[in-house]
Amino acid sequence: MQKAGHNMIKPTLLIGTIFIGMTLVSASVAAAETPASLMTGYAATAGISPQDLSAERGATLYRSEHSGRAGTSVSCASCHTANPKQPGRTRVGKRIDPLAPAANPQRFTDSAKVEKWFRRNCMDVLQRECSAREKGDFIAWLSQIK
Amino acid sequence: MNYLLRGIGVLTAVGTVTLLAFSLPSGVAHGDGGGNVMPRLAHKNWQQECASCHLAYSPALLPRATWQRLMGKIDNHFGDNASLDPVTQTDILRFLEANAADSGTSQIGRRVMRRMAAKEAPLRITETLWFVGKHDEVPRTAWSRKSVGSAANCAACHSKAEQGVFDDDSVRIPK
Repeated sequence: MQKAGHNMIKPTLLIGTIFIGMTLVSASVAAAETPASLMTGYAATAGISPQDLSAERGATLYRSEHSGRAGTSVSCASCHTANPKQPGRTRVGKRIDPLAPAANPQRFTDSAKVEKWFRRNCMDVLQRECSAREKGDFIAWLSQIK
Repeated sequence: MNYLLRGIGVLTAVGTVTLLAFSLPSGVAHGDGGGNVMPRLAHKNWQQECASCHLAYSPALLPRATWQRLMGKIDNHFGDNASLDPVTQTDILRFLEANAADSGTSQIGRRVMRRMAAKEAPLRITETLWFVGKHDEVPRTAWSRKSVGSAANCAACHSKAEQGVFDDDSVRIPK
């Protein structure tokens, strides 16, 4: 009984140490992201080269309309407007800072924030999560806007 | 050099006064401004997360049971996915519960509860009798104006909503 208890501690400690380590690494990385580094990461996850990400596909993803709640159609542009250099509005009417890094350098610099909003907004617009390639395409398009 | 020293002196004085002014308790105990001022609360995740989409509505406007229901299905928040990582979600819920209308921490909360039936847990602030009573002079048509959007957009009319001030003097209903 005592032996079993002793064995339990080791994996817990190990997992704990790994978790703390990962938290530290992700915390230090989070502030240092750029649109290009995020694209590299998403391309790697998708198993393609960053050059194979497509701004054109990203633009299509941004503009394509999907059936949303109560028979209305919804797209990224519904809230972020047709021009991502312009501020958008949430459903409740609050301002959304522009999505394009050219108009808002804060965009795509924090991977946790980027992941949070892809998760939420892909579920809202597409009713599913976005793939790594779609995320990479999306940033590829937004970051080439001058 | 003299001017530089004097400049530093003035800056220090202004800084000290400002610090004092902001650290002094305002209004009633618990930072509750009473009247039409929301309790002054600071909570990083509440302000950061809730206010990315809408005003960080005061927890004092709804009972604990409501906040539990809302945060329990935050991945379908009035039709929107507002999902959070579990740590942040729990942190925000604890804050909302601690300052809820029925937590006994604010005047406004007590007033909201006074007009609420036992065990009632409305999902929207606009469904509380307190809110309805407060807005009985607002014409129905005003709510649906494009400039307002919906009754959830406090700041459309309450020009000091971001600061938690909801007195009549700061109200401007847009055309």
